[in-house]
Amino acid sequence: MNKTITAPFLLGMLFAAIPWSYAADEVNVYSYRKPQLIQPVFDEFTQSTGIRVNVVFAKKGMLEKLRSEGMNSPADVVFTVDIGRLSDLKNAELTQSVRNTVLDNNIPAYMRDPEGHWYGLTSRARIIVTSKDRISEGAVSSYEDLAEPRFKGLICTRSGKHAYMVALTAAMIAHHGIAEAQQWLAGLKSNLARKPEGNDRSQVKAIKQGVCDIALINHYYMYKMMTDPKQKPWADAVRVVFPNQNSRGTHMNISGMAMTKYAPNKDHALKLMEFLSGEGAQQMYAQVNGEYAVKQGIPLADSVKAWGHFKRDHINLIEVAGFRAEASRMADRVAYDD
Amino acid sequence: MLTTTNTGPWQTGTICIALVAALPVLAIGWLAFFPAENIWPHLVSTALPRYLRNTLVLMAGVGVLVSLIGVSTSYLVSTCIFPFRTQLEWLLLLPLAVPAYVIAYLYTDLLEFAGPVQTGLRGIFGWELAKDYWFPNIRSMGGAISLMGLVLYPYVYLLARTSFLEQSPHLLDVSRLMGRSQFKTFLFVSLPIARPGIAIGIALALMETLNDFGTVDFFAVHTLTAGLFDVWLNMNNLGGAAQIALIMLTFVLLLIGLELLGRKRTGFYQSVGRFTARDRIKLKGCRKWAAFTICFIPVLAGFFIPVVMLAGYAMTYFHQSWNSQFRDYAMNSLWVSFATASCCVFMALWVSYAKRITGNGWVNNAARLASMGYAVPGAVLAVGVVIPLAAIDNGVDGFFRSYFGISTGLLLSGTTCALILTCVIRFLAISIGGIQASFSKVSTSIDMAARTLGHAPLKTLRLFHLPLIKSGVLSAALIVFVDCMKELPATLLLRPFNFETLATHVYLFASDEMIEQSALGALFIVLAGLIPVIVLSKTIAYSQTLTRQTE
Repeated sequence: MNKTITAPFLLGMLFAAIPWSYAADEVNVYSYRKPQLIQPVFDEFTQSTGIRVNVVFAKKGMLEKLRSEGMNSPADVVFTVDIGRLSDLKNAELTQSVRNTVLDNNIPAYMRDPEGHWYGLTSRARIIVTSKDRISEGAVSSYEDLAEPRFKGLICTRSGKHAYMVALTAAMIAHHGIAEAQQWLAGLKSNLARKPEGNDRSQVKAIKQGVCDIALINHYYMYKMMTDPKQKPWADAVRVVFPNQNSRGTHMNISGMAMTKYAPNKDHALKLMEFLSGEGAQQMYAQVNGEYAVKQGIPLADSVKAWGHFKRDHINLIEVAGFRAEASRMADRVAYDD
Repeated sequence: MLTTTNTGPWQTGTICIALVAALPVLAIGWLAFFPAENIWPHLVSTALPRYLRNTLVLMAGVGVLVSLIGVSTSYLVSTCIFPFRTQLEWLLLLPLAVPAYVIAYLYTDLLEFAGPVQTGLRGIFGWELAKDYWFPNIRSMGGAISLMGLVLYPYVYLLARTSFLEQSPHLLDVSRLMGRSQFKTFLFVSLPIARPGIAIGIALALMETLNDFGTVDFFAVHTLTAGLFDVWLNMNNLGGAAQIALIMLTFVLLLIGLELLGRKRTGFYQSVGRFTARDRIKLKGCRKWAAFTICFIPVLAGFFIPVVMLAGYAMTYFHQSWNSQFRDYAMNSLWVSFATASCCVFMALWVSYAKRITGNGWVNNAARLASMGYAVPGAVLAVGVVIPLAAIDNGVDGFFRSYFGISTGLLLSGTTCALILTCVIRFLAISIGGIQASFSKVSTSIDMAARTLGHAPLKTLRLFHLPLIKSGVLSAALIVFVDCMKELPATLLLRPFNFETLATHVYLFASDEMIEQSALGALFIVLAGLIPVIVLSKTIAYSQTLTRQTE
């Protein structure tokens, strides 16, 4: 019995192992980003160029996988949803510099690596939402406000260890220095209505339920909730506040892409990157996801547009990424998640 | 232990299996020597006490809960007669097919503020806001213990039931003849005999608990696993994370050690008789309904409630979910799980039998080493697999480049082979544990008799052992199959391009609190889990009829 099973199994292993990196007209993508958000864009790309996009998505271990595979890695392009991962990839020397005028024209300088190792694709604002019923308009106007004692027991956020919260804390460190940022985080922690739990959407839900009155979320979740019949009432219960409009502007993070160091399908990879920074793809990002396109002149989704124009924090994202480890340790020091 | 001639291939094979299985763990051990910075001063002064406390409380809670449910239900269904006993006997296995993260999402939907339970209470009592009344928060330690207990107790149930069924009724008769009550017989005779099975069941459930990330993350219960991912991904310190993984491994070694210690003190074999329907005690009056209730509640809470909710969601979103892609995902899941379960059982038989016929220290240690993979969180194990596998691939590639001028590229990494290999390494402990427990109950006199008859080890295994331990082997295969259907973190990282399984498909939606959209997938995972359950219960029923006929 053993032999009858093992022989075909080994044969199958051999067949499955035939290298696919030689196949023509393909581009291979490692994605930290969920495929349902980018798949429609890839489908468009395949339709207009005939190049097939192969994707594998995982949140953990992509960098290690890429590093272990080394020069034989099939991956051409990596997608991420946070500046942190992009700079990690570059620091690990897993990316290559791409000098390309199409990309440079489509993507503003502060949204890409100066040496061309990564490019931003969309940007997202970390906004404050407040209960329409219980918080008066204008009562909260900055991230710094959130640490004030008057909001004790009123605020909800997700875990202080999540990449989006870590990035915000890192930006606070970049602006105010470690000591002041820690004071802020401790103040915010003491204002929390409950132990941090759930994702950004569940914070809005908590406001609807009266658990808390103020929350920190990424802006496109508001957009997504408005289009979901079950979640729309949550979104309707809150008002959107773009923080720090009278000072440095609202904290922004990016989703982005990088070409791998040993990309086997370099030309196709470049075509894909150009396509994604182009008008059609950028429009899809804006319309389907409610994100801010990096390319100038792309119309916003209607409900996103309704929130109006706002001032963005143009701080150097690489600097922010550099403070991530410190921000994560800071969350431990103030026992943010306790 | 027995010594036989010609055990060489068995020993060598076992050591090879152990080395392959230990490869990722060794890779992680190696990583632990190269941390980006020393994390311990920071961790010890901040989050470590909390991580440890939460981990211990969670494991203790789940351990108590799975033993209570698993032992009581398995004892009742195997030794008593009460209403719906035959149905409950297999129904009790079903919660195993429900992934912990899915049940966590579902119960949160049910019991949170906006869920039907609290909405109903508010309607009745006229409350409005969450501040107006107290309701236990499902997203808490208590919630995590209850829900994990509900889906993990079948490990104990399955292995304990096999133990109860395999024990000789004569022992129980003797106990009762000597004037012991039924309860005392259970406590002093049945329970000690079933202990290896129960202990392995609890150990498996606890390892699963230790490794879980999805549920504890969703419930904001910060365990060592949470700390590990934080150090790895936020502090960008893989070496530090590997060190935490090694600490968790120590936890597991302690679990395994305790179990071995317990088993060492009692060596017992049985050769005559199995429990059959004739030996069951007929419960009367309210006792029979109490037995029914004890067995029905875990099935209701761990299976029927989640499945009804999933079915409801699946119907609402059917048109969005049901397409040709979906059928591919299902086939992928079934194929990977089937291949994994077959390999696991084959390897586990090899290892357990080698241990039985040689009994030398090398083989014993190899068997322990082969079980290490289960002790590492899936995502970490996946990294542990990627590193040596890619190194082998690159080595082969380099060899071919320099001698033949051609590049072979990556042969194994990024194929279903790599994925299946990882699942095998991850779940080998389950099959080894289950099959060893079955072997331990087969008397060594059978081996001796076979040798006297001049049979070689392989023939002895085929002719004598396999028929005796068949249900144990099937149980092991079943658990691996179902576990593999649910496996998520390793699958995410190691699957080939464009390869989705039902578990990855469900996860993509569920992690965004959109479980409804992927309910059909979750339902299929559960239903696919039913197939082996049905096969298993049929086989057990058949072997019981056979025993009855031969007696």
